[in-house]
Amino acid sequence: MSANNVSEKAPILVAEDLRTVFHTPRGDVRAVDGVSLTLRPGETLGLVGESGSGKSVLGRTLMGLISNDSRTTISGKVTLAGNDVHAMKRAARRKLWGTEVAMVFQDPMTSLNPVKRVGTHLTEALRYHLKCSRKEATDRAVELLKQVGIPEPARRMTQYPHEMSGGMRQRVVIAMALACDPRLLIADEPTTALDVTVQKQILDLLGSLTAERDMATILVSHDLGAIAGRTDRVQVMYAGRTVEQGLTREVFDSARHPYTDALLASIPQIENAPHTILRAIDGSPPDMARPPAGCRFAPRCKFADATCTSQLPQLEKVAGSEGRAVACYHPLQISGTHRMEVS
Amino acid sequence: MAGSGTAHLRSDDQRALTVENLVVEFPVSGGTVHAVSDLSIDLLPRETLGILGESGCGKSSAGRALMQLPSPTSGNVRLGDVELTGLKPKAMREARAKMQMIMQDPVSALNPRRKVKDLVAEGLEIWGFSGEDRAKFIDDLLRSVGLDPDVVRDRRPHELSGGQCQRVCIARSLAMDPDVLICDEPVSSLDVSVQAQVLNLLEETRERYDLSMIFIAHDVAVVKNISDRVMVMYLGKTCEVIPSDGMENKALHPYTKLLLTSVPSASDAAAAPSGPVKAVELPSPLNPPSGCRFRTRCPLATEQCAAEEPQLREMRPGQFVACHNVEA
Repeated sequence: MSANNVSEKAPILVAEDLRTVFHTPRGDVRAVDGVSLTLRPGETLGLVGESGSGKSVLGRTLMGLISNDSRTTISGKVTLAGNDVHAMKRAARRKLWGTEVAMVFQDPMTSLNPVKRVGTHLTEALRYHLKCSRKEATDRAVELLKQVGIPEPARRMTQYPHEMSGGMRQRVVIAMALACDPRLLIADEPTTALDVTVQKQILDLLGSLTAERDMATILVSHDLGAIAGRTDRVQVMYAGRTVEQGLTREVFDSARHPYTDALLASIPQIENAPHTILRAIDGSPPDMARPPAGCRFAPRCKFADATCTSQLPQLEKVAGSEGRAVACYHPLQISGTHRMEVS
Repeated sequence: MAGSGTAHLRSDDQRALTVENLVVEFPVSGGTVHAVSDLSIDLLPRETLGILGESGCGKSSAGRALMQLPSPTSGNVRLGDVELTGLKPKAMREARAKMQMIMQDPVSALNPRRKVKDLVAEGLEIWGFSGEDRAKFIDDLLRSVGLDPDVVRDRRPHELSGGQCQRVCIARSLAMDPDVLICDEPVSSLDVSVQAQVLNLLEETRERYDLSMIFIAHDVAVVKNISDRVMVMYLGKTCEVIPSDGMENKALHPYTKLLLTSVPSASDAAAAPSGPVKAVELPSPLNPPSGCRFRTRCPLATEQCAAEEPQLREMRPGQFVACHNVEA
């Protein structure tokens, strides 16, 4: 998981100035609004943000699940294992799914087909992509279920999704995603629908599988705790844009963007004394059909001035730390909390 | 672990709410779901009790049973001095107005066809309003939950965000001047930044209106931040009752410890076990394990745990644990 030996490998995924715009009756919704990212094998990237920040749409656009059609316009470029995802034909793109990139969805209740057996979910992809026989596919499926920690895998193969608990179903979804040895795994809120004790198991599982297979992983989550412990680098999203990025440890230790700082402060910590008043962020995230002019966070930001409300800040590198960048005219200087106290 | 008993009940005279030996069971085809089995709670005026547990542990069923929605299978619920169970429906409805509930999903808790001002006034419509100016009373309530009455008064729920809807729900519950507020996962459907706003609001509201509160949630940090005492539930039973101050270090029950270690933190990846992570199945509440209900997942389980149900016993002042095998 260390970033040092990773940096020499060729990137598996590059996105440049990616924009996803949905044309709706309410107007154009700019769900992803100019995001760039690079991911190398063995690396885990966290995408963190509140609901509506565009993190899930970004994940789907990277994979090509969302592509240009009559109601969607995508600009920018996504290069996945050497292929320009949005310039490819649909059929060619389908070949990438499963073998190059796979996704674990948020809700294990709805991402499995209720009228198909668990085994069928797994063998279907194996037979389509690897062109293997029924017998081989079944053997491999049992092996996959075993790898994701499901007890009695052979018996589970013949069960239907409703016969399993949420945690078990999410394990099946992970097994499906891993079936064809993808080089990139996009996990979109993989633990949000699960209980706390099960959440930990699933995150542990994803972590160990990533390390074993030298797979690149994008972990999309609103849970900063989960992101903090499980990712090498992080991009903090707000209203479709990256507001801050860098090594997870550095970003969380000393947030530079006021939004990152405020987000960290608004989470109740287990160490807090009872009845601690949290530092909440006033207001609510913007309507993406009518985003505010200038910095998207300016209406909720304590430090906003005339520049912030008129011009859109770009991501600028922070000197002295690797890959660290922040999109703010008034970044917090030493550490967020310090600046907050003086002001 | 997951055991029962009433050792944790205090002897104070003044209590906002007393619950003794609450049992909630639902008949289903093929058996009975034991949602809550022998739960006892006492709540002092102006106190907040957090109820913590995973989904399916019966925490929401317990909250609803307190409201008599539906009435519990057996057990007593006393609001102040009034025994709610056994009251005739009309008298019960009247007594219950002093206990209000805030639901998990604020959007579906509000009638989508009514305006905010009518939603907040609904309780007053039913029970009558004794003050001078009802419109002003509603505006003041909306203001006290941080909403601008001129903006939201004539809106309907779909025109509000989730956080604003939850504020309307809080305003509505305050209209009846309640003594006890039962919050069932009030922030779990909200975004983190909005969650902090609502938690702060609940804290302020409790102080301003002298409320007692039961706060039901699955998030350890959230529960700890808002509560005076925390009750940990597992499969319908009480595991531990613990003062929230310093609970992250003082917890004794193996299940409470499991919950505390499951809180995601920055050191997770380093501490994660390598190799396949074994799945653990929760036992079914249709057929809960004998003796201690947590024994199937417990690292300390012995034969005694299968044979005998542990009772709550005091380990430290104010801290009660239902486990055969923990030492203070």
